[in-house]
Amino acid sequence: MYPSRFSYEAPDTVEEAIELLRRGQGEAKVLAGGQSLLPMMKLRFASPGTLIDINNIPGLDYHRADSDGTYRIGALCRHAQLEKSPDLAASQPTMAAAAHTVADPIVRNRGTLVGSICHADPQGDWASVMISLGASVVAKGPTGVRSVAVADFVSGPFQTVLASDELAVEAVVPAPVGVRAGGYLKLERRVGDFATAGVAVSVEFSGSSVARAGIGLTGVGSSTINAAEAAAALVGGSLSETDIAAAAELAAAASRPRSDHRGSESYKRHIVATFVSRILTSLQLSTQEVA
Amino acid sequence: MTIDEIKIGGLGASRRRVEDNRFIRGAGNYVDDIVLPGMLHMEIVRSPLAHARIKSIDVTAAWAIPGVRLVLTGEMMAARNLAWMPTLSYDTQAVLATDKVRFQGQEVAAVIADDPYIAKDACEAIIVDYEPLPAIVNPTQAMAAGAPVIRDDKENQPDNVIFDWDVGDKDGTDRAFAAADVVSELELHYPRSHPSPIETCGSIADFDRSTSKLTVYMTTQAPHIIRAAVALVAELPEHMIRIVSPDLGGGFGNKVPVYPGYVVSILASILLERPVKWIEDKTGNLISTGFGRDVYLKGQLALRKDGKILGVRMQTESDHGAFFSDAQPSKFKIGLMHSAFACYDVPTAHLTSRGFYTNKAPGGVAYRCSFRVTEAMFFQERMVQAAADDLGIDQAEIRRLNFVRDDDFPHRTPFGFLTDSGQYGKCLEMGLEAIGYEDFLKQKEEAKKNGRLLGIGISTMTEPLGAGNSREYDILGIKMFDSAELRVHMTGKAILRTGAKSQGQGHETTWAQIVAHELGIPAEDIVVEEGDTDTAPFGMGTYASRSTPVAGAAVSMVSRKIRAKARKIAAHLLEVSEEDVEWELGRFFVRSAPDLGVTIQECANAAYSNIPDGMEPGLENNAYYDPPNLTWPFACYIATVEIDPLTGVWDVLNMVAVDDCGVRINPMIVEGQIMGGLTEAYAMASMQFITFDSEGNCVGSNYMDYLLPTAWETPGFELHEVVTPCPHHPIGAKGIGECATVGGPAAFVNAVMDALQGAGVRNIDMPLLPDRVYEGLTEGRDVSGAPPIRTDA
Amino acid sequence: MTSLFSEVTPEAANEVAVKRITVGINGNKRTVDVEPRLLLAHLIRQGFKLTGTHTGCDTTNCGACTVLFDGVPAKSCTVLAVQANGHEVTTVEGLASASELHPVQEGFKDEHGLQCGFCTPGMMLTAKALLDENPDPTEDEVRWALSGNLCRCTGYQNIVKAVLGAAAKLREQNGAS
Repeated sequence: MYPSRFSYEAPDTVEEAIELLRRGQGEAKVLAGGQSLLPMMKLRFASPGTLIDINNIPGLDYHRADSDGTYRIGALCRHAQLEKSPDLAASQPTMAAAAHTVADPIVRNRGTLVGSICHADPQGDWASVMISLGASVVAKGPTGVRSVAVADFVSGPFQTVLASDELAVEAVVPAPVGVRAGGYLKLERRVGDFATAGVAVSVEFSGSSVARAGIGLTGVGSSTINAAEAAAALVGGSLSETDIAAAAELAAAASRPRSDHRGSESYKRHIVATFVSRILTSLQLSTQEVA
Repeated sequence: MTIDEIKIGGLGASRRRVEDNRFIRGAGNYVDDIVLPGMLHMEIVRSPLAHARIKSIDVTAAWAIPGVRLVLTGEMMAARNLAWMPTLSYDTQAVLATDKVRFQGQEVAAVIADDPYIAKDACEAIIVDYEPLPAIVNPTQAMAAGAPVIRDDKENQPDNVIFDWDVGDKDGTDRAFAAADVVSELELHYPRSHPSPIETCGSIADFDRSTSKLTVYMTTQAPHIIRAAVALVAELPEHMIRIVSPDLGGGFGNKVPVYPGYVVSILASILLERPVKWIEDKTGNLISTGFGRDVYLKGQLALRKDGKILGVRMQTESDHGAFFSDAQPSKFKIGLMHSAFACYDVPTAHLTSRGFYTNKAPGGVAYRCSFRVTEAMFFQERMVQAAADDLGIDQAEIRRLNFVRDDDFPHRTPFGFLTDSGQYGKCLEMGLEAIGYEDFLKQKEEAKKNGRLLGIGISTMTEPLGAGNSREYDILGIKMFDSAELRVHMTGKAILRTGAKSQGQGHETTWAQIVAHELGIPAEDIVVEEGDTDTAPFGMGTYASRSTPVAGAAVSMVSRKIRAKARKIAAHLLEVSEEDVEWELGRFFVRSAPDLGVTIQECANAAYSNIPDGMEPGLENNAYYDPPNLTWPFACYIATVEIDPLTGVWDVLNMVAVDDCGVRINPMIVEGQIMGGLTEAYAMASMQFITFDSEGNCVGSNYMDYLLPTAWETPGFELHEVVTPCPHHPIGAKGIGECATVGGPAAFVNAVMDALQGAGVRNIDMPLLPDRVYEGLTEGRDVSGAPPIRTDA
Repeated sequence: MTSLFSEVTPEAANEVAVKRITVGINGNKRTVDVEPRLLLAHLIRQGFKLTGTHTGCDTTNCGACTVLFDGVPAKSCTVLAVQANGHEVTTVEGLASASELHPVQEGFKDEHGLQCGFCTPGMMLTAKALLDENPDPTEDEVRWALSGNLCRCTGYQNIVKAVLGAAAKLREQNGAS
């Protein structure tokens, strides 16, 4: 309940924050929403030497679409902003399906999408959503800016490829190549629980055929899983039952769950397959309705 | 002009709660809200291991931290003869470990510092060197040949057995089974569960050297028992100990026992001569304080073909953790487990019960349950459903056939209890009608054709409340009565104090209603106080749904004593003989001239201003109530559910509750108790999960894993009532606090098992997590939830 | 003297680095020096002596410590006191005006929406924020909004009634004015 001592900095600019990170020499942590970091500090699972609070940096709380359809989520965009965004479902159906499943409503008021990805909890919901969308994280450091695909960004449980002097300033979802559809299903023992298993699916249709697909898996491995082969099985087809069954099976095979108090390994694999199939079947139905 | 009892907030009035006025303003006064001058803060170092020998403890670095005032270890406690303390079950429990740690989370050292952050820093700086020992996490391991002896501190304890006890008629039961058409069997585990009030435990010990008086503000449901225990443990004179239990943020049994943190804070205050505050964190609360259940059952019913129960056999094995510290006052080793089958007319029964030490937190009885009746009723209702399934008869019908009849009271239960009154059949029929039983059965069959799994579960039970009577119930020899003291002031206003202690039950509201009912003084004119041992009369506290049956009865009785004196005063004022005085609510009048009367307020005034010759002045009294018997409320809970066959996720469709708790003092509060209890029943059935791996690590040690239901998934409840007054309680009340927690879980589990009928699974242990339901459904066999949990290596 | 918080005094020079912050608390500006690690919940309770904000768990689950942070519900055990610098915090003590209770407070009492009272302040603040944003919520919307606040006593049914009742009363008041 009582964190250990740390020094605290609240820079006003991204550049200042990066400079403070550099000076922190790996002992500094960025504080955005703090809804995962502060609980870990209270339990003393984390004891950073310095906290760099970026909440005073203006202009990072956005989520918006560029004219070409590229979608950008700033480092201080809270889960609740996404959850309550009226037009998110139309352009970002997978994100819209996931936004209200993250933690609880009060945590969503402060927690951020970018922070959640940087926290890299294998049970975090946003990383698998972003993987399904082929999204990237934009990281700024002393020497410049780079963009890393979320699939490559998360390197292990609670680990990312972010350098100690880099700040993740936004997440970027590329513009769809066609019409984007998708969903997120999460098996939780209770609302607000971490995922026993979660499945994010994004499909982009060109006409009735799948031009691009992505599947991300939550909570069924030591880090978020990119079920690329499963997604690939959908491309070029039109979500036939055979395609759906193949994707479900490949996604289950791509998962690497552990048996624990939330369920056995085989149960979790079964849930992955079931959810992939459920989401895709619902998309199949909705596209039929459109057609 | 007759007083309208409802208008003055008497019996039956859904009076709004008095205590809410402070709670809704954030002006409640919980232990952590109290700040005393010069107060220090204590934090506890807990064992990370479930079973280990302590080789050394190095506290040097902790002492070096600025702001640290005291570091205490078991060795230092031992020097003051305080390393161990007695439990409420005649065992001993370590205060701070000296030799070994025996469960994960056990108290090893404590730091007292200027603020809790510094105290925590110092706790982190204490280095304990442990030599790990094999951990035992269930009775099977505990009884295995060669199992390590957990309590090697005790003489005459060569193994891990705490008790081996039986009750009932073994031979008669054997004969009933020999004569049975069918024997139905069921094995299951009622999992460990934690009461988990949102407020954790805590204390502020304040020893005043100048007066030698120790005041302890403490989260306790039973302040007077604590005072007696502190007197014994700390060897302080009882009159120099004042226990104050302020507002409690829930209790549910968790705040009955004496915990090491209390004892250490007391010693620290004595040593430092400053107030010492200890507020437990949530993890500490979940992993070290009183839990509930953790009992294994092998149950058998001897049945006639038509469903008539001829005999009951129950074998239980209970896991008590590292110290036998059950907080239960019966002379029976396994509490009131043998209250099972009290609502059924069963000719014979036999129960064997064995208790074991394991490397888990001690406790065993707490959690909204009158001493193991939660397990008893769950076992009973699961066995009855399994029997109905085995015989292929309707689950309502088997209950109808076996219920004790309305004209058969008092009724001797198969294990020898005497139940008081009831209308069991009426409650069941009311519940069936409310849920639409026949329609649902049709709906269920229809749904099945479409691959949907619907189920309905019934749970009916009568449970014993209101310990004690003093012949059979005591705590450390202190008899289980309770008390009330009433002072009526000269203006007819009054203050009432009792030996009970509300934790949300609303005593400040309901006790005044009983006085209003007995004396006609408006409830708003009566202030109620509890929880301060310097001012409240001696009482045994609030748990086991005993407040209304015992302390509530004392409130009635003290009011009647006041009325008896007021009658004499009235006779004096009316200048007639006492025999000519009649009572109606709030007023005495002359029998032959009803218009001639005096109010209770006028009598109160006269008690201080116009006393009859020879009468003692004043209008105050107290009453100690020793109940002649337990009270036996009845409940019928029915739930309907639907299971998603592909995930095992199940949802409650409807939940109906019919409660007969006798006369209701405040119907609003009674319904609040029922809804809260049903929610905890749902929680136990669906998600509350505290378990252990093979090394004794606790899984479910914080709210990320130990899940309490939220507003979102908690079902809506439809409540109905039947009123069968308790024949031996002054106002006919039976108590209600725990009925729904006791009877509720079986309704949910029976509903899920009903939906799985035909899948080949007879039992899934609670909580019915989706993976377990899916496993039962797809693999067609029972699913055990017993620890250790299955994990990948 | 603890270093976690102190009203500003000349001898504030302590070995432990502190930050000076100004926080709006129920409409009053307060300036205090705090250690960075001090949680907002503890500043409110021990520093400002507003003990209606409770702490119930260590893991940001229970919501007993919920306050309004610039009008938005936040779990004050999971915000640092330093982060409140320049912000407005509303606690349960700020819910009622000098003369009358907020309709949410009245609703909780009228509908028996509380028993032990420990979760009540957080629950009411979340409810107030919901009604500020959505004056006419459905039962499901109320249940959803409250799903980050745990109550162990009531089973929620009466809490939901209390919030719906308060919503109706607020609509009536606002319609009338």
